[in-house]
Amino acid sequence: MEKKNYGWLNSTVEAFESFLRVPATVTLKGAHVRDGVDLKRIMIIVVLALVPAALFGMWNTGYQHSLAVGAEWGFWQEFWFGFLKVLPLYLVSYIVGLAIEFASAQIRNEEVNEGYLVSGMLIPLIVPIDTPLWILAVAVAFAVIFGKEVFGGTGMNIWNPALLTRAFLFFSYPSKMSGSETWIALNNGESLIDGATGATPLSFATEGLDAMNNAGVQYGMSFWDMFAGLTPGSVGETSVIAILIGAVILLWTGVASWKIMISSVAGALFVGWIGTACGATDVPAYYQLVMGGFAFGTVFMATDPVTSAQTECGKWIYGFLVGALCIVVRLFNPGYAEGMMLSILLMNTFAPLIDHCVVSRAISRRAKKVKVA
Amino acid sequence: MSNNIDLKKGLAIPISGIAALKTKKTVVPDVVALKPTDFKGLMPRLMVREGDKVVAGSPILADKKFPDILLTSPVSGTVAEIVRGEKRKLLEIRIKTDEKQESLDFGAKEVEELSEAQIKEALLKSGLWLTLVQRPYGILADPAMKPKAIFISSFNTAPLAADTDFTLADGFQYVQTGVDALAKLTDGGVHLSLFADTCLSSPFHKIENVITHVFSGKHPAGNVGIQISHISPIKKGETVWTISPMFLAAIGKLFSTGKLNLSRKVAVTGPAAKEPAYIEAVPGIPMKDISEFYDNSAKDIRFISGNVLSGDSIGEEGYLGFFADQITLINEGNHTELLGWAKPFRTKVFSTSRTYFSWLTPKKKYTMDTNLHGGPRAFVMSDVYGKVLPMDIFPVYLVKACMAQDIDKMEEYGIYEVLPEDLALCEYVDPSKINIQDVISQGIDLMLKEMA
Repeated sequence: MEKKNYGWLNSTVEAFESFLRVPATVTLKGAHVRDGVDLKRIMIIVVLALVPAALFGMWNTGYQHSLAVGAEWGFWQEFWFGFLKVLPLYLVSYIVGLAIEFASAQIRNEEVNEGYLVSGMLIPLIVPIDTPLWILAVAVAFAVIFGKEVFGGTGMNIWNPALLTRAFLFFSYPSKMSGSETWIALNNGESLIDGATGATPLSFATEGLDAMNNAGVQYGMSFWDMFAGLTPGSVGETSVIAILIGAVILLWTGVASWKIMISSVAGALFVGWIGTACGATDVPAYYQLVMGGFAFGTVFMATDPVTSAQTECGKWIYGFLVGALCIVVRLFNPGYAEGMMLSILLMNTFAPLIDHCVVSRAISRRAKKVKVA
Repeated sequence: MSNNIDLKKGLAIPISGIAALKTKKTVVPDVVALKPTDFKGLMPRLMVREGDKVVAGSPILADKKFPDILLTSPVSGTVAEIVRGEKRKLLEIRIKTDEKQESLDFGAKEVEELSEAQIKEALLKSGLWLTLVQRPYGILADPAMKPKAIFISSFNTAPLAADTDFTLADGFQYVQTGVDALAKLTDGGVHLSLFADTCLSSPFHKIENVITHVFSGKHPAGNVGIQISHISPIKKGETVWTISPMFLAAIGKLFSTGKLNLSRKVAVTGPAAKEPAYIEAVPGIPMKDISEFYDNSAKDIRFISGNVLSGDSIGEEGYLGFFADQITLINEGNHTELLGWAKPFRTKVFSTSRTYFSWLTPKKKYTMDTNLHGGPRAFVMSDVYGKVLPMDIFPVYLVKACMAQDIDKMEEYGIYEVLPEDLALCEYVDPSKINIQDVISQGIDLMLKEMA
């Protein structure tokens, strides 16, 4: 089949065409047959794995709103409210991000990479629900351009683009990203009912377990409430159940590394245990797994195959440090209630170093083995 | 067996069209082609002109660097055509065969009584020296060198590969003679690898004068490069030779009968092959001589000399390669598939990835075609490659070092131990559709250039 030429629109046309149908490209070099899997398939599996968290997040947005303003809403009303709140975030995330992806692909005259399908799905789930759309647009543009395209696109980036978006928001617009007002959707003119608070379990946890139990707020803060996700927080991060459904999909299909997930949980429990043992907090270590963005980060962000460690041994180290650092920030840094974003970005930075050490060790071990033989 | 080396990593690609264990016909070609490009590192100096008469064993060309290395004619006839490509690169020497089937007589000899030098001379003169492959890099063996050892894999695990127990069944005494001859060329011994499942039934386990190793596992367990890395990895500065078992028989025949006889059983395989079976043939036969195996009226068959992973596409007008004991016929995948990657079930396409459902039908054989199933991307996944490479190296790191043309890193990551075929499965499973074998091959070319 002859390839048509669309001039400067080549990449765009190809992207839409290959999205609709597998192209007629045949192997020209090397292996004459190839496996059926491609990055489109892998990315769509990740998007699929995110759907439970996204749907739950939409409902929870409405649920938290109804609790905070004292409205007696039904399930569908809550979901619809959250859907209308989350939809604009998705529109902005995908339109801005994909536009930059398409433009960069055309500048480089390459095919458009599927990576942003996942990043775009992630971003609305890790930001506060009321993030102003223009700020989100700026953050997405920053993350995609300076976090990814300047390095050469998907596969070349050092930091997870979705987390970079969040970090940009976090440091550039702190007033929109922290404090108890940000985590519950409020329309203009609405205010919290008496005794209600928008504070997340994490901000109570800094004051200890008693504060969590006696918060006297509109939502429960027991382990099971947090496990189910009936608490305020970023859109997709609250429900550990929904995240675990995604985790099962990712692990079963082999798209995400089980080593990173397990070692991250181990790292978090370890530091959480140290925290309780040395009296830094009285919140049990396993509470750390269900609070804040830990579960979401461990399952969906730390396992990003591009920005995590590449070697199998390195994945254990990387994952452990992600979990451990997250809890270190939570327990020992009074400035930040949550540490998942910072710990993953920091470990993204160090992942190449971990790999370098693992590979160097393997090579010198092998050199010794060969000498003996 | 106690010293069984069990390779857990690997993949048996479930492609349909395995050859039945019977010889369907003996091909008597009217023209055969010798392709200097089959031999990596060969710089050909032509010794014949169009119209010259040759017999089996007559020299056709010599190497410029090692003038003793000759490529000889496998048949008797007349040099019909010399095909050149760009920059007058020598591509093919076509020889029109005659019916006399004459051979040059090199003289039958008792291997035990020959010295190393005499064996070398006999192999060089007859053209059989070219059957030796030197590692690192997979190039011509240097006749002045004494290799650390010689490695032979008695079995082939590549998709639909010819069954060596069947193809060599008639001439096992020659294989032994071949081994005895090669054993004189090295002090490190001849290492023969057997397949665990067949090691007791295969006639190979009766071969003497070798150091045997037993391997089990899926492809690429049968690749000699993989076996070497488990037996005695190649260090910088070391040299080993490898040879395919079918050439052991040819060497044995040379010493036993005094004549060059390259005839072999070739497996005609693949989803596009009708009643796949074996044929008796010599290297360089044209594809039209196996026309009863295919119907190419739609012009959509790819003719592969070798297997689907590392063979050469030669086209319907092409000729069998020198090292090939397999022809794979496969349909071109030049058609689109609506919503292909987005369909939950895609029953006609095999994938090792659990993102599809091929794992539900482990016994199923697939009619594979040459579709790329995607587009080229940068490396994204990190754990898919190591699962199909039973070697102690980091494949992605090696490939990236080759891309970056970083010689030091290529050395560190194991360029001495691999040939492109060893990483063919990495290329097969790659969701980023990178031509890994081509990258490795370019890396090897760079090493050859820089280290020369």
